[in-house]
Amino acid sequence: MEATHAHEHGHAHPTGLMRWLTTTNHKDIGTLYLWFSFIMLLTGGVMALLIRAELFQPGLQILEPEVFNSLTTLHGLIMVFGAIMPAFVGFANWQVPMMIGAPDMAFPRMNNWSFWLLPVAAILLIAQFFVPGGAVAGGWTMYAPLFLQGGIANDMTIFAVHILGISSIMGAINIITTILNMRAPGMTLMKMPLFVWTWLITAYLLIAVMPVLAGAVTMLLTDRHFGTHFFNAAGGGDPVMFQHIFWFFGHPEVYIMILPAFGIISQVIPAFARKPLFGYASMVYATASIAILSFIVWAHHMFTVGMPTSAQLFFMYATMLIAVPTGVKVFNWVATMWRGSMTFETPMLFAVGFVALFTIGGFTGLVCAITPVDIQIQDTYYVVAHFHYVLVSGALFAIFAGVYFWLPKWTGRMYDEKLGKLHFWLSAIFFNILFFPMHFLGLAGMQRRVPDYPLQFADWNMVSSIGAFGFGLSQLIFLAVVLKTIRAGAKAADRPWEGADSLEWTHLPSPAPYHSFETPPVLK
Amino acid sequence: MASKSRALAAGALAALMTWGTMAAAWAAESKYNLPTPQSQVAREIYDLHILILWVCVGIFIVVFGTMFYSIWKHRKSVGHQPAHFHENTKLEVLWTLIPFAILVGMAIPSTKTILNMRDASNPDMTVKVTGYQWKWEYEYPAEGIRFLSTLATPREQITNQAAKGEHYLLEVDNPLVVPVGKKVRLLLTANDVIHSWWVPAFGIKQDAIPGYVKDAWFKAENVGVYRGVCAELCGKDHGFMPIVVEVKSQEDYDKWLMAQKAAKAAAVADANKTYTLDELKAAGEKVYQTHCAACHQPDGKGLPPAFPALAGSRIATGDKAAHIDIVMNGKANTAMAAFGKQLSDVELAAVITYERNAFGNATGDVVQPAEIKASRK
Repeated sequence: MEATHAHEHGHAHPTGLMRWLTTTNHKDIGTLYLWFSFIMLLTGGVMALLIRAELFQPGLQILEPEVFNSLTTLHGLIMVFGAIMPAFVGFANWQVPMMIGAPDMAFPRMNNWSFWLLPVAAILLIAQFFVPGGAVAGGWTMYAPLFLQGGIANDMTIFAVHILGISSIMGAINIITTILNMRAPGMTLMKMPLFVWTWLITAYLLIAVMPVLAGAVTMLLTDRHFGTHFFNAAGGGDPVMFQHIFWFFGHPEVYIMILPAFGIISQVIPAFARKPLFGYASMVYATASIAILSFIVWAHHMFTVGMPTSAQLFFMYATMLIAVPTGVKVFNWVATMWRGSMTFETPMLFAVGFVALFTIGGFTGLVCAITPVDIQIQDTYYVVAHFHYVLVSGALFAIFAGVYFWLPKWTGRMYDEKLGKLHFWLSAIFFNILFFPMHFLGLAGMQRRVPDYPLQFADWNMVSSIGAFGFGLSQLIFLAVVLKTIRAGAKAADRPWEGADSLEWTHLPSPAPYHSFETPPVLK
Repeated sequence: MASKSRALAAGALAALMTWGTMAAAWAAESKYNLPTPQSQVAREIYDLHILILWVCVGIFIVVFGTMFYSIWKHRKSVGHQPAHFHENTKLEVLWTLIPFAILVGMAIPSTKTILNMRDASNPDMTVKVTGYQWKWEYEYPAEGIRFLSTLATPREQITNQAAKGEHYLLEVDNPLVVPVGKKVRLLLTANDVIHSWWVPAFGIKQDAIPGYVKDAWFKAENVGVYRGVCAELCGKDHGFMPIVVEVKSQEDYDKWLMAQKAAKAAAVADANKTYTLDELKAAGEKVYQTHCAACHQPDGKGLPPAFPALAGSRIATGDKAAHIDIVMNGKANTAMAAFGKQLSDVELAAVITYERNAFGNATGDVVQPAEIKASRK
């Protein structure tokens, strides 16, 4: 390891801004991805708080309906494409080479480009508030024909989605190539840490569906400007076709945002239970099954369009099937904890929180899968609650678990455990105050994406808004923890977690050297 | 270590209590659950939801009971030594098969309900429902009746300048009226973007899609007023296009039908009259506030650039024929709808006259219903 260090100093690296602009190092790029994602999390979060402020009481207080719609739309786009997805790519950049015993990613220059496309897309999205006609307001799903109305902001959205898609596809190619070609000798596929497995499968999903989304938005673009009528009924087009194409992308996208989270949780729980992951092989097969099933369930997002009864039945059965591999995962995590020797440092707290709360999101997903019940709750706050349990207490909690887990390896310093725990408990409590009441709102009849609501929904909306501000402010603790770790954290041991056993813990010092493995590690 | 576990336990307890309180509140008042079903389909959905909810609660208790027991007992701080098992084929097969069996159990009643709710055959009557930005149109083809249904909540209540009424945002000027106990088939479509017609008490939510006619049905079991909303984001005033269904006894329904037909005959007679500027302006203001003010604003200043101002605009102060044309036929790829299909000759004449003589537009032009009729062709 000393040798790796000495070698590193032999290179002349640019410093300052140029270091970050020109970097081809997987760790630098991973760091860029993670900071970018955090900035987007705060941006999308501020939008969410504006939304919740407007919904604090019935009546229009601070936002015009059109601005409100822009905020819900951009909140969705920014959180999905700007916060959650890049965060996982950041993890992949940092962790995949270290976990498989590689020096770097397979295509370092492409890696740089995949990242630097993101700020461009982010500017295209955020700058929309300052263009004539206002920001895009048709929902993050961009449904035609509503999306055909609206000004230049909609075109900016289309271009942003194209750019994000290119970035994702390049990232996916890089990850697949790295995993398939750069594993250390002896690191067979079935020996890879589960995080690497989940990312391998996620990367294939990305390559399969991002072009589909690109196709859908390109058709929107030509409908808007070049006289085509793909989705315009007046010209012989089909508005429902947009939804089929969008959700053919959109459902695998849901798993793109959750499979890497499964991977992180599958690293964290065994480490803190001091016991190997239960059912490693079945975890891999369950991940693959979920990925395959994700291609045949898309129309459950559109049970109310009036598709044939046989189609409703097919998509209901297929969707229900997803509960089986997802259940296997949850059972395996619980079995990993069973008769372990557990400690509850912050990463483990977030992981346990993930398992419990994500599962609630899974249950409500099952409720939504039942077509007749979905007819009642589609496009209501019940669905909003459902996907935030999956994406916030699911994906985001896993991201927090992963950051706390690997921060010692990344920075060489320990985070403040007390503050970390405070961050977890405040997040978990406010999260439930924020989103649990939305189940009631949806069942009682409050539809999504409205700036104002009837009086019987006032109580829970107020509770929810209070939870939102608590949750939002709690995330500043996270920022403080990370900054404190970087500046003044105590020196971290090479393997600060007793039960962690993947290569980055057993074969690399903390902080990990600039080039992870210049000579492949020897595996037992 | 002890303080850590106590904090953990306290936290878990607090979380459970929060859920417990919420669940109790949910059970106590129907306002936290689906509304009381008013049709057979809605009742089947209600029961399905309760069934699945309890199955989920059961699984949750078993799985997380196990997890929290493990968290309690298998901690390093209580000196528990880790076991080393990492697979158990029997167990893994079992917990794949049991959930599958539970799912089959759920799928059977769900399938029955789907088959029932999708069977719109042999209706007692048919109503055509058309979604517009941002209102609904109901047409009774067999009776030759057609009317628009728009939000009746006054603007002042929405902007917090007046106290909000009991049915705030859930009230309309002209509700859909149907007889009790009759199978009503709806044929749904939309004129501009996708809307979704949702009345929870009947368990009916069907998207209204331009270019498609989709069907759905309900049979109301009790006389009363039932409220719903547009469930699909359809632009600026998506939250302001509620649905009200008045279920009447057959007798009252017949009376209502007679009154509607009489009103229609009167309207036909009105279209042949000639009106003064003041009459048209007064009538036009009402039409404007109902159908135009959402975008062009009550003061005619609009919300540019998406919704242009009418005050001093080229259209509203320029050529009369061009003005009539844009109001009747709309403008492609904008939110400006074609009102020719929605409004009567009198309403169109009135609103155009109003627009040309309000907000400081002083053209003095009068548009008569006959001119509208002529431009329809």
